[in-house]
Amino acid sequence: MRSRVLALLLLLAAWAVVAYGNRVVEAMNPVLLPTPGEVVSVTVAALRDGTLLRNLLTSFTRIVEGFGIAAVAALTLGTLAALCAPLRLMLEPVIEFVRPIPPLAFLPMFLVWFGLGETSKVAFIAYTTFFPMFVGVAAGVLRVDVMLLRAAASLGATRADLVRRVVLPAALPAIIVALRLGFGLALFVIVGAEFIGADAGLGNLIMEGRTYFNPPAIVMGALVLGFLGSLVNALLLTVERRVLHTTYR
Amino acid sequence: MMAKIQIAGVSKAFGNGVPALAGIDLDVAARELVCLLGPSGCGKSTLLNIVAGFLAPTTGRVLVDGTPVTGPGADRGVVFQEYVLFPWLTVAGNVEFGPTLTGVPTEERRRTAARYLEMVGLRAHAEKFPVQLSGGMKQRVAIARALANSPSIILMDEPFGALDAQTREILQDELSKIQRVEHKTIIFVTHSIREAVYLGDRVVVMTSAPGCIKQVFDIKLPDVRDRFAPDFTQYEAEITRLVKEEVAKVHE
Repeated sequence: MRSRVLALLLLLAAWAVVAYGNRVVEAMNPVLLPTPGEVVSVTVAALRDGTLLRNLLTSFTRIVEGFGIAAVAALTLGTLAALCAPLRLMLEPVIEFVRPIPPLAFLPMFLVWFGLGETSKVAFIAYTTFFPMFVGVAAGVLRVDVMLLRAAASLGATRADLVRRVVLPAALPAIIVALRLGFGLALFVIVGAEFIGADAGLGNLIMEGRTYFNPPAIVMGALVLGFLGSLVNALLLTVERRVLHTTYR
Repeated sequence: MMAKIQIAGVSKAFGNGVPALAGIDLDVAARELVCLLGPSGCGKSTLLNIVAGFLAPTTGRVLVDGTPVTGPGADRGVVFQEYVLFPWLTVAGNVEFGPTLTGVPTEERRRTAARYLEMVGLRAHAEKFPVQLSGGMKQRVAIARALANSPSIILMDEPFGALDAQTREILQDELSKIQRVEHKTIIFVTHSIREAVYLGDRVVVMTSAPGCIKQVFDIKLPDVRDRFAPDFTQYEAEITRLVKEEVAKVHE
């Protein structure tokens, strides 16, 4: 913990040295390279007038909704596909064809379909995060040791018992990793979606920083996204550790 | 009286067409402990997997109490060489797994688990997780798990094969003791001649590739056996000679 804080402080120090140093030597136009002080004062102002919190909440809601829909779909379909070979053979080529297309390439399509409101953002995040989570869940379920299934079957487990009492707990580590990856990706693409077709959200906040030439606001937006991502990742890691602690230590 | 387990004309060929088992006929009586003995690759585990219902025979069939086996079932408990405990459940949770499936009330389940954990000497470890146990302890849990589900048959696939020699003998003693109380019908696969003579009411010696039954020995020794008694070592010597012939054939 201490070394982590130290590493972050060092990063901050490096930024301060470069930014304030630039003020003196003027290697770059000082306006283009915001200092920590400027970012702090912009952040304080944005907190005061509520814009930061409002935009943060907007983005967060979109992420949670889109990610939630995708997680439920990926869990259900991923488990079914892994358990049922015919379904897997049908789904696999489709998913493997669509998956490599960079999601942002489809963003305009989502705006055309769903307009500029919340739906397009939520749908786009759901679409983007579904694929890696589906692949992760299906792989996790497929990799469940057949011996565990045999052991349970010889104790009288029915097919439903096997799924509920063996497959899901055995695949849980893989499922949690898949959810973490999905959430990371959601954070990634929300910014892109809000750059293009949004009037609120952290992506929009950053874009406004560009439009109105306010570099400290851009840096603020990026840092807030970083904090949000670290926070949620830490949360999921804690869940993961609590679930797996006793089991796979 | 009808045999508890009837193995009738069972053969098995895998995808590559190489026969693993050919024409196995074997009846196992209720409360009998039969050891399947043979060199590695003789198909003894395959035969056990067929009786367990994990594999379907290519020809022939297995009857349990006169009913053909079509899949795994709670009437046939299985103990695997690699223990195969559920790592996310505690020791008690593992032992209660079978009773939980059939909806046995919590109180009764607890009592059953406690009784069998006591029997294998692990009562004090009930709340531990499998990762915290040694190999011998894990296999004790697996045996308790099978017993707690009260199957009439227990199939054991080289259960002590991964354990060190000392632990192995201790567990053989424990199994022998448990069998004198529980009277299960047991098929016990092993490649240890000593183990087979120590535990078996009968020892079935198998030939390799494809696996057939070479000879069946009735072990006429007392229930509590002495590994150093003259008649014990005599069985051991006799069976060793037979198995050596088989192993030699494989190397020819």
